[in-house]
Amino acid sequence: MAAFVTKRLALALLVAIFVSSISFSLMFLTGDPAIAIAGEGATEADIEVIRRTFGFDRSFAVQYWDWISGAASGDFGQSFYFNQPVVELLAERMPVTATLAVFSIGFALLLALPLGILAAVKRNSLADRLSLALATVGQATPSFWLALMLIVLFAVNLRWLPVSGADTLAHFILPSIVLGYYASPSMMRLTRGGMIEALRSDYIRTARAKGMLPRTIILKHALRNAVLPVVSVAAVEFGFILGGSVVVESVFSLRGIGYLAWESIGRNDFPTIQAIILVYAMIYVCLTFLADVLNAWIDPRIRVA
Amino acid sequence: MKFLSHCSTATALAAAAAAAVLAAPAAQAGKADNSLVWSSNAEVTAVDPFFDTSREVIVLAQHVHDGLVYWDPATGDYLPLLASAYRWVDSRTLEFDLRQGVTFHDGSSFGPEDVAYTINFGADEANGVLNYGDIKWLDRAEVVDADTVRILLDEPFPSALAYLALTLPILPEGHYDAAPVGTDGKKRYQAVPPVGTGPYKVTSFKPGDHVDMVANGDYFADGPKGKPAIERLTFRTITDDTTQIAELMTGGVDWIWGMSTDQAQMLKQAPNLTVLNAPTMRISYLTFDIKGSAGSDAFTKPEVRRAFAHAVNRENIAKNLMGESSQVIAAACHPTQFGCAADIAGYDYDPAKARALLAEAGYPDGLTFEFYGYRDRQVAEAIASDLAAAGMKSDLRWLKYAALRDMIREGKVGVANMTWGSSSIPDVSAITSYFFGGGPDDPAKDPEVMAIIARGDSATDPAERRAAYAEALAKIAEAAYWVPLFTYTKNYAFSADLQFAPTPDELPRFFRASWK
Repeated sequence: MAAFVTKRLALALLVAIFVSSISFSLMFLTGDPAIAIAGEGATEADIEVIRRTFGFDRSFAVQYWDWISGAASGDFGQSFYFNQPVVELLAERMPVTATLAVFSIGFALLLALPLGILAAVKRNSLADRLSLALATVGQATPSFWLALMLIVLFAVNLRWLPVSGADTLAHFILPSIVLGYYASPSMMRLTRGGMIEALRSDYIRTARAKGMLPRTIILKHALRNAVLPVVSVAAVEFGFILGGSVVVESVFSLRGIGYLAWESIGRNDFPTIQAIILVYAMIYVCLTFLADVLNAWIDPRIRVA
Repeated sequence: MKFLSHCSTATALAAAAAAAVLAAPAAQAGKADNSLVWSSNAEVTAVDPFFDTSREVIVLAQHVHDGLVYWDPATGDYLPLLASAYRWVDSRTLEFDLRQGVTFHDGSSFGPEDVAYTINFGADEANGVLNYGDIKWLDRAEVVDADTVRILLDEPFPSALAYLALTLPILPEGHYDAAPVGTDGKKRYQAVPPVGTGPYKVTSFKPGDHVDMVANGDYFADGPKGKPAIERLTFRTITDDTTQIAELMTGGVDWIWGMSTDQAQMLKQAPNLTVLNAPTMRISYLTFDIKGSAGSDAFTKPEVRRAFAHAVNRENIAKNLMGESSQVIAAACHPTQFGCAADIAGYDYDPAKARALLAEAGYPDGLTFEFYGYRDRQVAEAIASDLAAAGMKSDLRWLKYAALRDMIREGKVGVANMTWGSSSIPDVSAITSYFFGGGPDDPAKDPEVMAIIARGDSATDPAERRAAYAEALAKIAEAAYWVPLFTYTKNYAFSADLQFAPTPDELPRFFRASWK
């Protein structure tokens, strides 16, 4: 297990270095960042001032080293738009996105696991078909449309929940349902597939022969194996929810990281964009690493693979 | 997100939401506790017009701060605000007697040192204020005595009062001294908490999210702003306009603006809301390649430009696409601006006359051209359709504003439908002087017009200014250097229990609002 963890950690570190260099290079891929910041009406003198002010006149390697060494110590520079340290911006916005992501993945698992198990146990039944239909609709529904429909029903008509904002946990219910529902179909289908395969296996047949209760067989024996791929997918979906919540954060007026990323792109706020990419990449790397370790812990065969 | 705002599905859903809620009265938390929540889609970074030039910050600044003077939208006069009187000493010197007994929100007394500090801070280019372009005519301010201050101008600038009213709120002396230093070693002036003398004090501010304010109990009642009636005022950023509408309908916010005409029409059905279409200071116009550098000499001919003016049914476009408060204009300025002459002869809608003028200019079979726009596609398409009906067929090209402006400056655009908001400055110097005073955006660079405008720009006598601008506007209209089209409007929606009146400068005055 120790060798496995070490190998995965080394891989994660390599990915982190690679992503950091890519995210830093992004600023230069669209041309001279000084021109982009200055805007189209700026004179050459204005651009030169910006170039010197932001240090774009130094070599790429020097700029990269400055940035990465700063980032390693938690200094991502100043946001061009808010003119405040990017790390402060991230610290302000991250709790909103993290709360939204945790609630969403929780809702997705609460929806996906029971329906996936039900669909597998009652294979080809009406329940199976309905679960499949729910999953298909979930993936086909645009999140902004679902968000507005939920606002119309629960906030405008029934007045049960607030429309927008992040003042209380109640403000996170509707956005979490939207994001969670979108994330649930893949987990639902994987649970179903894994459960069908597990229920066919010899050890389940043996368990049945021993007269174990169906509930014990399903939840204790079959689900433990079936849930393996779901753990990996849940980790990836969690990362997706963190980064892909732009539309939902906008509709529900949640000041989170996803919305900040979207707006920062429009404003050419490079330090903020770079920091968000790097932080998200690190979160993905950590989540994938944790999923690998978790899988290896659940299934010892993976450790030697 | 803006793309959602323009999405027809979202609009349809908003309509569905409205239809669903029409029978249900909105919660009126604002009226019950004498508070008001207003919302817009801009993310405010600082409650300081020196360091955030968005319209929302100018609105907020009018509540938190006071300028030396106040523009009264009802009369068009500049009334003393933090000043008690003012006078032009000469064409480059303004002198202000200051109001007595005024205190800042932090308890410090207001005096001439504060005025000098604010003006000198803004006028110093090294401080990097973002609205420097609006105030670069300022040289410095000097304290004359304990009650008097003088502002010296770099050059004669008669519309200085307009800018003093709008973009120069007075801050306490040393306001920026405690600005924190950023990781780049520079002072972060925008991080300094807002302190003003205005009718509201900021109690909480989260950049990009909200600004909470409470009425300033010590505010002077005899000023032109008056004492505020509403006790607590909150600004909330809600970027999605359908979400704003849903919040308005459920009582989460009391006041919104900037909805589309469709959305405004839909909201009018709600009995608990007041929906208004009000004028703004933005106008729409056609501009031409008068120098003929874009590859055709057609637009160098006044007959062709006049043909354009006769071909567009401006009344139709104004009423159907802008709203009922839009008005057709003949002069190259907004009717509410100082110096915008009302008696300029325009061009009536007459396609037959347009065809005749084209024939007279040597285009009996009509002409084809590239037509550029950047703001309202529906408007541009309606204009293109009218022009085509009179024999002027266009190929519509759509660009970003900055790119189109640069192309116009470089003489690469034959005809474009442009708009100009004058930064809400109620003075023709913000539009006519800007576009016809010989600057980079002047399409004609007519020496005669430039000389007349220079005369108006340097005179301090209002009558002399009016006369000069009227003469210039008449010449611009006669030569059809522009085809002024119509004024823009803005839609407002708010609780029917709120007493509120919009103004053409697009600066909602919540200090004048009250609950019925």
